[in-house]
Amino acid sequence: MESLLAAILINGLLLGILYAIIALGYTMVYGILQLINFAHSEVFVTGAIIAYETFRILSPAPDAPPGSGLNPYIVFVIALVVAMLVCGLLNILIERLAYRPLRNAPKLVPLISAIGVSFILQDLLRLFEGVQGRFDLAVNVPAAFNANVVTILDNNIQIKDVLLVVVAAVMLFGLNRLVNHSKTGRAIRAVAQDRVTAGLMGIDSNRMIALTFMIGGALGGLGGVLFAMKFPNINAYSGTIPGTKAFSAAVLGGIGSIPGAVLGGLVLGVVENFLGVLSSFALIFPKLAFLAAIKSEYKDVGAFIALIVILIFKPSGLLGRNTTEKV
Amino acid sequence: MTALSRTPGMRPGSAPDRTVPLIIYTVVTSLLLFLALGDLTDSVKFPSVITSGVFLLFLGSLLLAYQWKASNVVKLLVGAFVLLIAIPDVGRLNGSYFDLAIQMCIFAALALGLNIVVGQAGLLDLGYVAFFAVGAYVWGIFGSGQFQQIVQSNLPYTPMGVGDWLIPLILTLLGVAGYLWLKSIDRAHPGAMKPQGAQRAARSVSILLIVIGVAGVLTLVATLINAAVSSYYGSHAPSLTALATGINPNFFWLFIFIAVATAAISGVLIGLPVLKLKGDYLAIVTLGLGEVIRVFANNLTKYTNGPQGITTITTAPVSWMDKLATSLKFPPEQFKLFFLYFLVLVIIAVVITVNVRLGRSNIGRAWVAIREDELAAQAMGVPLVKTKIMAFATGASFAGVMGVIFAAKQQFISPESFSYLQSIGVLTMVILGGMGNIAGVILGAIVVTWINLSVLPGLSETIQSSFPGLNSNLDPAKYNRLLFGVILVLMMLFRPEGLLPSARQQAMLHENDDTDPAESSLNADGALGGALGTGAAGMPDVESPGMSPRLENRTTGDKK
Repeated sequence: MESLLAAILINGLLLGILYAIIALGYTMVYGILQLINFAHSEVFVTGAIIAYETFRILSPAPDAPPGSGLNPYIVFVIALVVAMLVCGLLNILIERLAYRPLRNAPKLVPLISAIGVSFILQDLLRLFEGVQGRFDLAVNVPAAFNANVVTILDNNIQIKDVLLVVVAAVMLFGLNRLVNHSKTGRAIRAVAQDRVTAGLMGIDSNRMIALTFMIGGALGGLGGVLFAMKFPNINAYSGTIPGTKAFSAAVLGGIGSIPGAVLGGLVLGVVENFLGVLSSFALIFPKLAFLAAIKSEYKDVGAFIALIVILIFKPSGLLGRNTTEKV
Repeated sequence: MTALSRTPGMRPGSAPDRTVPLIIYTVVTSLLLFLALGDLTDSVKFPSVITSGVFLLFLGSLLLAYQWKASNVVKLLVGAFVLLIAIPDVGRLNGSYFDLAIQMCIFAALALGLNIVVGQAGLLDLGYVAFFAVGAYVWGIFGSGQFQQIVQSNLPYTPMGVGDWLIPLILTLLGVAGYLWLKSIDRAHPGAMKPQGAQRAARSVSILLIVIGVAGVLTLVATLINAAVSSYYGSHAPSLTALATGINPNFFWLFIFIAVATAAISGVLIGLPVLKLKGDYLAIVTLGLGEVIRVFANNLTKYTNGPQGITTITTAPVSWMDKLATSLKFPPEQFKLFFLYFLVLVIIAVVITVNVRLGRSNIGRAWVAIREDELAAQAMGVPLVKTKIMAFATGASFAGVMGVIFAAKQQFISPESFSYLQSIGVLTMVILGGMGNIAGVILGAIVVTWINLSVLPGLSETIQSSFPGLNSNLDPAKYNRLLFGVILVLMMLFRPEGLLPSARQQAMLHENDDTDPAESSLNADGALGGALGTGAAGMPDVESPGMSPRLENRTTGDKK
């Protein structure tokens, strides 16, 4: 029983951190443009595929003697840096081509364009892997990362889990410094609040929006690398579900709010893990036998129902500010 | 490919009478088509991609008959010739074109349904295919051996315990109490725009009770039906064995209406909780709900047979149609397609009529009002939720009836047929053709279905046969997402109002222009604002002259 609860909490928090990182990309873009960047899920998959390719290219051959080849930590850092750079630039490119020309159009126009970009990217990623002759990837995480660090109530914590937490913490700290304690961050917040007035104050809003997309894309790439290490089976289409859930997490926490996205991600991760193992409670408590019918696949359903309930009862999310409807 | 650039450019207006060109076009394209199919001479052999291009050109005569100014008799004759004589004949020569024509009609009806939700009422629904799935599964379960298996899994029959019906009944009563409570709260505080404090908490609790009550009603009904069905078949074993291939196929006709009702009810049920949401939130929630339906179809293995799907779904037997098909020398394996083709034509005629009539009715005007400006519509007394739910339910019912046809035609359905990809595919049809315009939406559906089901597989075939060793991951047929994506982005960037923009939209916006005559030049732009507007704040509903240059920029797709 205790080990099950611990498993829910540990796995839920790890998953939640991943959701939080992806959700940050959604929430920052939404905060500045009021646009759901549907393509963000594909940006994140791009990060995962970069992780795959980096580990594949830089890992030592299987018959090489142990200790040869690059240090796995260096490979990991390379994967992170490349993924953040590529995904950040990709996101800027998307913004430039598909969103900026539609800046003044009615709201649904860029939204539909975003869906289109998301679909284009899915098939381009598929094409990329198709040319290489594969499509379903199994990310080959360096063996050193699978070693156990500590065991809490029968739950093994591996090095890759620790890496996930450490990288996420560093990233959050950096993001906080950037957004809340730097001149650039103040400019971004000003554009998010009122683009026209920010322009009058001498802020180049196009540059700030591009920068936001860059940061969002870099976070997506980072999330992709970490996601690929935790869930090694990925393909070009595997971004939609985590992407939608991460957006749900952003809404849950209050869209546009950075601490909200983190909190929402953690809550959603734990709730989802709880729903996923609900049927195992039937084994522990014989009186709850009906729970056995709840398959773990229904956890996806739970995430969306949570989203609907939140939107109905507290549309501004857990940490979001109430906005009044303007005529 | 030429058809794409050619056909849509035609516009009505003060154009000269084009009766003769219309006849010539129809005759030439139909002759070309029959030549391509090898009906005229055996010596000519066209590659399949060219043939399907000719097929689209030939269908273009329908569009021209609609768009061009010509004698009405000729227009009717062209329409009747294309739909009733030529396409069945093409189908007789090559069954795949029959199949394609039916698919085009199915998707046209789906797109018309989505057009009501997105184009008329301005609610972006990304999970539309869920209602299609509802219709398909309603007939799929009963029209195949699946129903027998469901019943058998409940046998031997065990009588219901008290708790089985008492608990849902109590929950139902709780829901009724919650509803009455909510009504009394609203009566006690009339006109309160934003409930505060205790009243707000009480409202939340009563809404929660209503939700519990709805769940209770559903459980109660399901339990009672389950008990009734299994107790009946528990004592009538022979009638259960008779269900091995599904219920009597003549029930197909009844199930068309049942599917309409079921899809409409699920539209209401899904719509009720989410329609309070605005534009982009609604989009992501409907996306999620579409996935939810797919997850259920995948996991409710007892009812849907899970990922394996349901096979050997039957259709109604219509002996006189079969006799007619025999006398017209149709091969027996095409009898079903022959019947379904004419059925689908009738249904799509009904769908178009309903669409046109609704669009001109009070409800249609209310939809447009909500799309243009939700707050203003509300202030004018348009009941928001009721009107939106009507849009959702109407769109859903179109999808439901086409689900039945789809299940009957494919004979096989699985959760994969109802993915997010399909929802976006239907959205692409609506956007490509022109939101809010019936002819445009049908054009979009025909073109997208044609590319998706005829051109891409044809290209794949050609490529596979010319480069046999090619990596199968490069198969063009697998890249329809890319196609949908490119269409969506390019249309949004350069022509958001679609290939055939809605004329009614333009006329309506023109009417409002009397305050500012200069606006008339912005018509196309106004139509786009209207067709895509969510009514959210910040939309240029009321355009001031000062905004014109910026708007004009947008019209021409100028990107600086």
